[in-house]
Amino acid sequence: MKILVPVKRVIDANIRVRVKADNSGVETANVKMAMNPFCEIAVEEALRIKEAGHADEVIVMSAGPDKAAETIRTGLAMGADRGVHIQTDDRLEPLTIAKMIKAVSEKEGCDLVVLGKQSIDDDNNQTGQMLAALMKRPLGSYISKIEKNDAGFAITREIDAGLEDLQISSPAVVTADLRLNEPRYASLPNIMKAKKKPIDAMSPGDLGVEVSNRLTVVKVDEPPAREAGVMVSGASELVDKLKNEAKVI
Amino acid sequence: MSVLVIAEHDNSQVAPGTLNTVTAASKLGGDIHILVAGSGCADVASQCAKIAGVSKVLSADAETYKNEITENTAALIQANVSEYSHVMAPASTFGKALIPYVAALCDVQAISDISDVVSEDTFVRPIYAGNALETVQSSDAVKMMTVRTTAFELADAESGSGEVSNIDEAGATDWVQFVAQNLSQSERPELTSARIVVSGGRGMQNGENFAMLENLADQLGGAVGASRAAVDAGFVPNDYQVGQTGKVVAPDMYLAVGISGAIQHLAGMKDSKVIVAINNDEEAPIFQVSDYGWNEDLFNAIPALQAELSQ
Repeated sequence: MKILVPVKRVIDANIRVRVKADNSGVETANVKMAMNPFCEIAVEEALRIKEAGHADEVIVMSAGPDKAAETIRTGLAMGADRGVHIQTDDRLEPLTIAKMIKAVSEKEGCDLVVLGKQSIDDDNNQTGQMLAALMKRPLGSYISKIEKNDAGFAITREIDAGLEDLQISSPAVVTADLRLNEPRYASLPNIMKAKKKPIDAMSPGDLGVEVSNRLTVVKVDEPPAREAGVMVSGASELVDKLKNEAKVI
Repeated sequence: MSVLVIAEHDNSQVAPGTLNTVTAASKLGGDIHILVAGSGCADVASQCAKIAGVSKVLSADAETYKNEITENTAALIQANVSEYSHVMAPASTFGKALIPYVAALCDVQAISDISDVVSEDTFVRPIYAGNALETVQSSDAVKMMTVRTTAFELADAESGSGEVSNIDEAGATDWVQFVAQNLSQSERPELTSARIVVSGGRGMQNGENFAMLENLADQLGGAVGASRAAVDAGFVPNDYQVGQTGKVVAPDMYLAVGISGAIQHLAGMKDSKVIVAINNDEEAPIFQVSDYGWNEDLFNAIPALQAELSQ
């Protein structure tokens, strides 16, 4: 079995983002970037499936500018076997990305695609679902557990009201939720080894995918700020304020 | 222009998020229809017909739709979408899985988690965990979106008089088999629709101590939530989690107990009307967004608060 893991380069989760003065987007120049945390979980799970003897190869792919190769290297340093880089400087929407992933998955003959459930920049939470629909493959969204079995995969999903167990057939598309695993850190020897692992570069056109956006970003604003209120010194003062000032109890 | 709202329900009760979604749909100003896909869900269809502003309920009552399998519901929407200019579902795990799936089937770029309707093709949505608001305009013929339910009021659930019309089943898949659901059982109000939420963080120290918050929540008639730190530490199950990667809540009062206030937690509760924070660290970032802060050890504060409330 071959596993494909699409990953995204995003602003590091620990950085406080700033909206640009001209409201065209958020500031990304000279800002620390990293692999999207949910994508790290997806890479980790693919590696664990391989280490359990259920897969022969883990391929990490990303679409984006030259720098996206760094994020692919991060996946290779974690232990993935090789990379695919779709080079483009265009803004990409989830539908376009799903079409690219479908093309790579079909070209490589992958049996399982593991994605993060959402990226922490656009917060779209769409690509995995779209990929499953385009590929006509079963979808396991928001999984916190996956086990290979004879019928395909037994998965547990995190849903609003608790957990849900599904059996899905193989080949499949799954999206990783937070509690699926704790991603490993890449060791220094593995970071060195990753530099020698191959990354195939190609253009969207090579995959037969046209980049055509359906959404125009009109503007990006700062959310209204919330002001700090008052400090209270005890229970009676707090209850008094909640009853008589805020009138919420 | 006509809007199809996808109802979320458990085959007996319509979920409140559906009512917020109807309010978002009403901002567009067209006809509003609701799709109820389920099994033995006639009660849900009649509840939906009574929601203010809904003119028609499409009811697909079949075993295929019993467990809200994304693939099956998506195929049903695709079969009925030609009459609609907009498709909307609540941004719950149900809607977030479903809408992008059906959008891809229809070659549409979905719009996630809208918090405002600017016009029939332009919408506002939070990005970067709510640290920025993006306004996007869609050129797709049909707009498909999920709705941040806390950003819209509940529609009136009694004053409507829509008609219920039964529609045919469409496209069941056998790729996905439902096995089981392990739902958290609680007598308390549901987290995302509760008027008061009492949430605990890492400062609670262990799962047993959450009993204190449960007692307090019961005293206030509220729900119990938790930060990601408390969930990851195993104090409480994942469905308690409030934050960017958990649930988004906006109650009348949010009481944060032993929660430092990480950005990802604030993303899930900063639209609450009144925020109260109890924390023994006076530097905790939660105090910067709270209306009332109390710098006190929670193990002293909670019993004192309970005693004061019971007077």
